[in-house]
Amino acid sequence: MQASDRFNINSQLEHLQAKYVGTGHADMNRFEWAVNIQRDSYASYIGHYPLLSYFAVAENESIGRERYTFMQKMLLPCGLPPEREED
Amino acid sequence: MYLYNLTLQQPTGIICAINGSFSGGKSQEIVVARGKVLDLLRPDDNGRIQTVLSVEIFGAIRSLAQFRLTGAQKDYIVVGSDSGRIVILDYNKEKNVFDKIHQETFGKSGCRRIVPGQYLAIDPKGRAVMIGACEKQKLVYVLNRDTAARLTISSPLEAHKSHTLVYFICGVDCGFENPIFAAIELDYSEADLDSTGLAASEAQKHLTFYELDLGLNHVSRKWSEQVDNGANLLVTVPGGGDGPSGVLVCAENFVIYKNQGHQEVRAVIPRRADLPIERGVLIVSAAMHKLKSMFFFLLQTEYGDIFKVTLEHDGDRVSELKIKYFDTIPVTASMCVLKSGFLFAASEFGNHALYQFKAIGDDDDVEVSSATLEETRDGFKPVYFRPRRLKNLVRIDQVESLMPIMDMKVSNLFEEETPQIFTLCGRGPRSSLRILRTGLAVSEMAVSRLPGIPSAVWTVKKNVIDEFDAYIVVSFTNATLVLSIGETVEEVSDSGFLDTTPSLAVSLIGDDSLMQVHPNGIRHIREDGRINEWRTPGKRTIAKVGYNRLQVVIALSGGELIYFEVDVTGQLMEVEKHEMSGDVACLDIAPVPEGRQRSRFLAVGSYDKTIRILSLDPDDCMQALSVQSVSSAPESLLFLEVQASVGGEDGADHPASLFLNAGLQNGVLFRTVVDMVTGQLSDSRSRFLGLRAPKLFPIIVRGKRAMLCLSSRPWLGYIHQGHFLLTPLSYETLEYAASFSSDQCVEGVVAVAGEALRIFTIERLGETFNETVIPLRYTPRKFVLQPKRKLLVIVESDQGALTAEEREAARKECFETAQAGGNGTGSDPMENGGEDEDKDDALSDEHYGYPKTESDKWVSCIRVLDPRTGNTTCLLELQENEAAFSICTVNFHDKEYGTLLAVGTAKGLQFLPKRTLIAGYIHIYRFVEDGRSLELLHKTQVEGVPLALCQFQGRLLAGIGPVLRLYDLGKRRLLRKCENKLFPNTIVSIHAYRDRIYVSDMQESFHYCKYRRDENQLYIFADDCVPRWLTASYHIDFDTMAGADKFGNVYFVRLPQDVSDEIEEDPTGGRIKWEQGKLNGAPNKVEEIVQFHVGDLITSLQKASLIPGGGECIVYGTAMGSIGALHAFTSRDDVDFFSHLEMHLRQDHPPLCGRDHMAYRSAYFPVKDVIDGDLCEQYPTLPMDLQRKIADELDRTPGEILKKLEEVRNKII
Repeated sequence: MQASDRFNINSQLEHLQAKYVGTGHADMNRFEWAVNIQRDSYASYIGHYPLLSYFAVAENESIGRERYTFMQKMLLPCGLPPEREED
Repeated sequence: MYLYNLTLQQPTGIICAINGSFSGGKSQEIVVARGKVLDLLRPDDNGRIQTVLSVEIFGAIRSLAQFRLTGAQKDYIVVGSDSGRIVILDYNKEKNVFDKIHQETFGKSGCRRIVPGQYLAIDPKGRAVMIGACEKQKLVYVLNRDTAARLTISSPLEAHKSHTLVYFICGVDCGFENPIFAAIELDYSEADLDSTGLAASEAQKHLTFYELDLGLNHVSRKWSEQVDNGANLLVTVPGGGDGPSGVLVCAENFVIYKNQGHQEVRAVIPRRADLPIERGVLIVSAAMHKLKSMFFFLLQTEYGDIFKVTLEHDGDRVSELKIKYFDTIPVTASMCVLKSGFLFAASEFGNHALYQFKAIGDDDDVEVSSATLEETRDGFKPVYFRPRRLKNLVRIDQVESLMPIMDMKVSNLFEEETPQIFTLCGRGPRSSLRILRTGLAVSEMAVSRLPGIPSAVWTVKKNVIDEFDAYIVVSFTNATLVLSIGETVEEVSDSGFLDTTPSLAVSLIGDDSLMQVHPNGIRHIREDGRINEWRTPGKRTIAKVGYNRLQVVIALSGGELIYFEVDVTGQLMEVEKHEMSGDVACLDIAPVPEGRQRSRFLAVGSYDKTIRILSLDPDDCMQALSVQSVSSAPESLLFLEVQASVGGEDGADHPASLFLNAGLQNGVLFRTVVDMVTGQLSDSRSRFLGLRAPKLFPIIVRGKRAMLCLSSRPWLGYIHQGHFLLTPLSYETLEYAASFSSDQCVEGVVAVAGEALRIFTIERLGETFNETVIPLRYTPRKFVLQPKRKLLVIVESDQGALTAEEREAARKECFETAQAGGNGTGSDPMENGGEDEDKDDALSDEHYGYPKTESDKWVSCIRVLDPRTGNTTCLLELQENEAAFSICTVNFHDKEYGTLLAVGTAKGLQFLPKRTLIAGYIHIYRFVEDGRSLELLHKTQVEGVPLALCQFQGRLLAGIGPVLRLYDLGKRRLLRKCENKLFPNTIVSIHAYRDRIYVSDMQESFHYCKYRRDENQLYIFADDCVPRWLTASYHIDFDTMAGADKFGNVYFVRLPQDVSDEIEEDPTGGRIKWEQGKLNGAPNKVEEIVQFHVGDLITSLQKASLIPGGGECIVYGTAMGSIGALHAFTSRDDVDFFSHLEMHLRQDHPPLCGRDHMAYRSAYFPVKDVIDGDLCEQYPTLPMDLQRKIADELDRTPGEILKKLEEVRNKII
């Protein structure tokens, strides 16, 4: 493989990462991965109304409140990020 | 195995609703999204909601918006769905369909985080639409008109911002300046990187204005400002001369007015006095109403209280924001204020309602203003209020909603002809047990006893042009009774009818004269009172008669037919005689076609099991045109004409056609098409209606001729939205019927049964089920039927609510402090026992909800209910924060107590931050007083929540968290016999059959277990390789289970035959015992044999037969309140036919909102061996040429396809 190709693939990947939120990369850590999964899940709960109403019944809250809670949880879905290793 | 999926009851819950004038002009309509169905509703003149159109779109609708181009007369509908496309629909009034005007693709399909579809915002002047996702992406489409005044849509303009969550978007009214959209945004990029948590705690929501520059065709971020961190909703404020422009930001506890370059104006939302301090108040739905001179907003909180918000403004400066308590109605998903003075409230759970405005909240009430906002050390000072009864609104109609169906069972508990469906619906104080019966609801207007047993009844008008009927004529075995219809119905003797003889037929003949056919002749009563009598020759009597307005045919005993016609002078003239080979069983003449002198067809049914069509034309009078032989002698005949129609109320175009219906003596209704020219019969269909030979009567339904068939139960055949439907009525057996029309009752039916004369109307046409509602106290969880005693036992539990005593105390306190003159029915311990008493109570829980408390507080009860009377015979309220979750009946080995009831409960259960509980219990109750009451035997503490209970070989199996345990009955407690702790997560249900146990895990699908009695051990011998989050399961056969998961899939798994045999033929049991599992699972795997995405969360599954003598199918109930069925095909031919039909429909008739049908049905797993009946049933709604094209490709005629569809539907319901 030539150097230019490698560069090309990398730039393609970067393009994908910029365009599609959640596209992984080689140095992705466990936390980033989990955050993405969680955010995707919450977005899916909000989008699928039957599921949202199911949660609302389980927690005995209104559907509007449940949707708001899920949106709020998208900020820090897995708690605080781990400390960065400085290397 | 191939299955056919058919939705029997469309979803009844509503996701969102919009209102506007979709058919143009002054009409007011509501478009509601019910998940996968888009409905157009219209309140009629009496204020009743009518469904005009209902379309299944095979996708998930997430948002709706309406817009109107400037100067246009009608609104368009924009749909945001999971299709990755924006779809603009136009309601076509003429054809009664939604026309897809535009469909623009912008992303992948599915409900994804960054693919728009979740939010829609419209420029108030209809120039642009913004469609947004939960995160990052927002697209703006410019809407315009081309030279032919057609709607055009631009390519999308991006308004993306990455790492940003979007809470809401809305349009900003800025007149005819560049369109602006507002969004609540939250940037999370820093919070994701900062491990100290500082950035996260400082994360701030912003209100951002996006401006669409129409000149540059470009969207830019115009303005962004910090906004309260609890913001969740935006409401457009009128602008451009009508108001100050800007937006209302609804945040937790506050409503804030914001605009670019304007100081924020903030006011607190009043709180209910009994609300715990830590709970916020969130606005969940909003509606704006604009009149010429003023505008106001109605905002509803999550507790159901509606507030009226007004703005004091001078030009575009807002000086004050006022919030005033308006009224309290059940929490809505959407509210629509109609211009005609109605409020449509689409409830999130339970029935929807239409309210009329009595006032617009101008009276004194709790009011807060931005001017009186007080800031204290702990934040803003709250304002309190107490909900009161409705003052500004009055409810005028309800639309039933089953949402959510918590549990469902099909059983013929009442021993009726068809089984009843028992559903537990709703939530909290609005929950109910609904008993569904197939058939239309009937409302009885009058019942009166007659002197003797009547044999027949007719209604007649005095003149063709009369609107209402003049007489009801009742025939007895030896007399005729004439009743005149006026203010009251009373007997008259001056009608001219012969009352000393029974009658065979009574009708209006010619324009204004009456005819009575009796066994000895025909009496013709002219308008001026002259009476002509025709007598039968010799001693022969008239046996049967057929007639329409201008023609009469009588059959004499022995089989002679005599044909009469009304001539120009109004005289009844004998025209022709004809000798039949034997006695005539029944006769009918087709109605006179519009603008003709006579009808051409006479149908004669004979006892030799044939039906003949004879001609009545002068040139070939009494010539046989065609003969049809049938399976049994016909009892009754009826021609039903379907008039040619284009559009109109019932939908698509119909060419005129004529059907001949015959009720046969074996209880079958035989229906065939009559060629309008030749009289040839073709395309026959038959359907079993009941044990008695159906008698057929013409009646009028919605101004059109319809057919009433009286067998062992009554049926109605009518046309609804382009389909011919034959539906049972939920009414008792009738003998004879006629249509009835009077001042009080325009379209009714008069019928005789036994000694009574009954008048009734038929309601809510087009519905499959009618329901009986019995209110419950808390959210119902599960129930068991006791078929022998005909009783139900229901467990109900609610989180975060006060116990009955605390509620009682709070209510008393409330009455004392407020000194309200309420009619304190609060002391009734059996609240919600009867619907009537609490309805008008100032604080009825059904209306206002239970007071909220901490989320670790539970209330729960166990109820024994007699469904026949709706009475609760025993209600045990659980004490000490216990909540019941599971229930089953069990017969233990020693028959000391007979059938016992086991109830699984949890004490102090909490879900967040982690599921914790103080203890779980299994209660054992004994039935006393013939099962009408319960007595606690003992309760046994367990370590988790017993979510699943099941009887197994004279013992009790309990699923407690990940443990499956077998209990036996002891004197003081249950005794552990054996257990298996190897289940992955939480057991949610258990089914047992012989020595096999089928365990459903909350996240990990099914596990098949075997109990070895000699070793007293439970082994898991097979499991599923797919992680399924089960919500419902049902045992199909020894090797097969049906399950449904949280994501809306239904599937069947089967243990391969060879594996099953091996396990059964393992005498030592050593194999199961020592066999090693694979990858921590069981040694064997079940295979998926059926898979289908229903698109709605299934909460219960059951195998049942919904019609007498019909095959069994799997019936399911869903969270959105729909009921569907999966029917197994019995022949390979049918499978081929329907899969080809489905394929053609997929290609030629793609779903309305742009989701690919195949992709939708395979949303999570590829669809396997299920044919979508809902798609196939859209075939009749296609244009004629497309129907013909598809039929050609299937080598059939459209009629044959319709017949097939009808046939398969009739097998299910």
